[in-house]
Amino acid sequence: MDTVQRKQGEEKAVAEVQSPSRRRLLIALGTAGASALAAQAGILARPGQPAEAQSKASGARQWAMVIDLRRCEGCVTRGEPPGCTEACNREHFVPKGQAWIQVLRLEQPNGGSYFLPRLCMQCENAPCLKVCPVGATFRDAEGVILIDHRRCIGCRLCMAACPYGARFFNWGQPENPPGATFARYSPEYPVPHRRGTAEKCMLCAHRTADGKLPACVEGCPMLAIYLGDLNEDLATNGSEIVKLSRFLAENNAFRLMEELGTRPRVWYIPGHGQQYGHTLDDPREIKEARPWQELQGGDQGNGSGHGG
Amino acid sequence: MPAKNIAFSARERSLIRTVTEAGPRTKLLIGALALVFGWGLYAYVYQLRHGLAATDMHEYALWGLYITNFVFFIGISHVGALMSAILRITHAEWRRPITRMAEVITFSALLFGAVMPIVDLGRPEHILNLLFHPNLQSPIVWDLLCIFTYLVGSSIFLYLPLIPDIALMRDGVQGLAGWRRVVYRVLSLNWQNTPAQHERLERAMGIMAVLIIPIAVAVHTVVAFIFSMTLRPGWNSTIFGPYFVAGALVSGAAAVMVAMAILRRVYHLEAYITLQHFRNLAILVFTFDLFYIYFNIAEYFTMGYKIEEGERALLLALMGGAYAPAFWLTQLGGLLLPAFLLLVPSLKPLRLLRGLRVLRPAALGLIVLLEGLTLIGPVRTVLAQSWITSAGPAPLLSVWVFVGLLGLLFISLLPLLHAHPIPTYVLAGLLIVVQAWIKRYLIVVPTLMNPLLPVEPAPLEWLRYNPTWVEWSITAGSLAGFVLVYVLFTKVFPIVSIWETRETPAPAGRPAAYEAGEAKA
Repeated sequence: MDTVQRKQGEEKAVAEVQSPSRRRLLIALGTAGASALAAQAGILARPGQPAEAQSKASGARQWAMVIDLRRCEGCVTRGEPPGCTEACNREHFVPKGQAWIQVLRLEQPNGGSYFLPRLCMQCENAPCLKVCPVGATFRDAEGVILIDHRRCIGCRLCMAACPYGARFFNWGQPENPPGATFARYSPEYPVPHRRGTAEKCMLCAHRTADGKLPACVEGCPMLAIYLGDLNEDLATNGSEIVKLSRFLAENNAFRLMEELGTRPRVWYIPGHGQQYGHTLDDPREIKEARPWQELQGGDQGNGSGHGG
Repeated sequence: MPAKNIAFSARERSLIRTVTEAGPRTKLLIGALALVFGWGLYAYVYQLRHGLAATDMHEYALWGLYITNFVFFIGISHVGALMSAILRITHAEWRRPITRMAEVITFSALLFGAVMPIVDLGRPEHILNLLFHPNLQSPIVWDLLCIFTYLVGSSIFLYLPLIPDIALMRDGVQGLAGWRRVVYRVLSLNWQNTPAQHERLERAMGIMAVLIIPIAVAVHTVVAFIFSMTLRPGWNSTIFGPYFVAGALVSGAAAVMVAMAILRRVYHLEAYITLQHFRNLAILVFTFDLFYIYFNIAEYFTMGYKIEEGERALLLALMGGAYAPAFWLTQLGGLLLPAFLLLVPSLKPLRLLRGLRVLRPAALGLIVLLEGLTLIGPVRTVLAQSWITSAGPAPLLSVWVFVGLLGLLFISLLPLLHAHPIPTYVLAGLLIVVQAWIKRYLIVVPTLMNPLLPVEPAPLEWLRYNPTWVEWSITAGSLAGFVLVYVLFTKVFPIVSIWETRETPAPAGRPAAYEAGEAKA
């Protein structure tokens, strides 16, 4: 209960700081849901897994993510480092050595390899959340797992518990952008970074609260990443809006290590970047994402004024 | 308070001298231990300044030596109070001279076991959050509760039977240093040896002995839960709680045996501790050892039979990969060999092997001779083609020849081991204690190095874990501190319970001290 109260206070703080046009995206999603896809809703009266989450949902939004692996080619055909990782690095000033969204190269069981961006799965049965001895890891009203770095003691049991390796640790003092000391820290936007605390993707909670898409969604040049809302049953990659449950069902979406029972809120649509002509035997390796220090300067969407 | 005239027997006077007097060797030992401990403290201050970046831990090996030490110390601490409690409850009379030795191990090991997770914290300055915002769902909070309870409980359990002895020291020993008189006066709680006080003490000890057993079991179970509440291969095991308890029992009992032998030797406690004590304890260690071997089989055999995908990489690394030497060393050299060694002094037929004494120089000579021959160029080329040597980068004896010769040497040594039971027991105990530490490392690190979802390609520094000087220094410092606390304890309090060893039917003609004292008073 303590967590909820704290969360509400911070939400208010974030709302004050951020721009007034808070519900742009949400309105877009809402109107689309009411009109265009209303007809299809009848066909899919059984929305599958999202309903399970829906019943528990308390907030207005229950964020989820879909990553269409048919569109993810690790940015090797572009010849660039992964756009999602770099957008994330730029947005959060992610400390060196960490990759909150990391494009893994995985072996296909029948030969060849494919790419899979791994971020925090925002598990409904989150192993990290249960084991935190001080309750620094908590779930916000919109189903996002956040870390209160002010409370974290740095025991790393959450990292040991996370089966996805989504958590990272500030072993030393991470470099912060100039002016970060004046930034208003919130678990939704954990800048400045602190030594001895665990860090991870928090689904850009500061951006979704502001009606914006997460940095990786915007940063993916291949439009492979969708942000979805389990309550509205919609998802968007910034250019198209799909009905979430139908999109998942029709494309055989899966969740990572489903058998562990963590019930992630990140779904993957199987593929190997074929939509952009990437083949399974493409030997090209992922280029290493550059840290934010090398990405600064004149690029669009940097920090959205949070860092300064 | 006027010193009462209390009569001490010869062995008691000798025991009290070990408390009040410290020779140059003792001072040297205390100084050396304090130095290593201080060095560990310095390393910790260095780590506080630089953060955990001063260690080699990373996103894969996110725990390392500190958590290894933590589990090791908690394991060592396990048996002291537990064994003493069980022996008290079952009225095993032979326990009397050794219970305190065992309980102090619990106290000292628990102190450093409790400190280790704090050393491992990224932000120790925020540790009070554990008290202000505890999440009762977290195994770490269970650990905190259990370890603290065990520390308090075992300290009381250690302290209660100390009270009459402190009073004895207060009243019976002349010419005490000033600080000693203060310490003994305060800590003896005005013990006057009245029957009412005795009755109350026995009651309290009885209650504590019963209470301490479930707490001790709980402590190591929840330590195991830190690991087994995760989904990681190798930790995701239902038997981890009892597995850790079994491991703690064998390592703790072995530590008690080693401590017993050292104290007996250094403080000349032969009048208190006899071969029979070692034999009894050896039976206990042997039983625990077999239990632990059984648990190891239950754990690894079921894993290895099914070879689930996630566990495959871990098993390969443990049994045939980078950790294989350490793994087989702990299983064979740290558990099976000690089990056999503990039996050796009781195996009478071994005396018949005395004739094999000639094998000793022969086997040793053969090893040296063959190793020497491989150094001579032409001979080496001839040998390299034979089965005696294996063709490696540096030609050594082939593993099988080497093992065979070592086996011969071992067999020829058996009558010697049989003839010297206490050194044999100590050797077994040491092997088990060393095994315990390595085994804890093998539980903590390899699992972390084989995550469920490996990063491909992983940064090179994630693929190995080489603890830094800071980690080794803190490890050494904590081990030294553990011994230091123990040694200092023996310099303040008698390590053998005087009043309890009096109750046993002692050699006749020795008046009980307090009866004499009371009569005069």
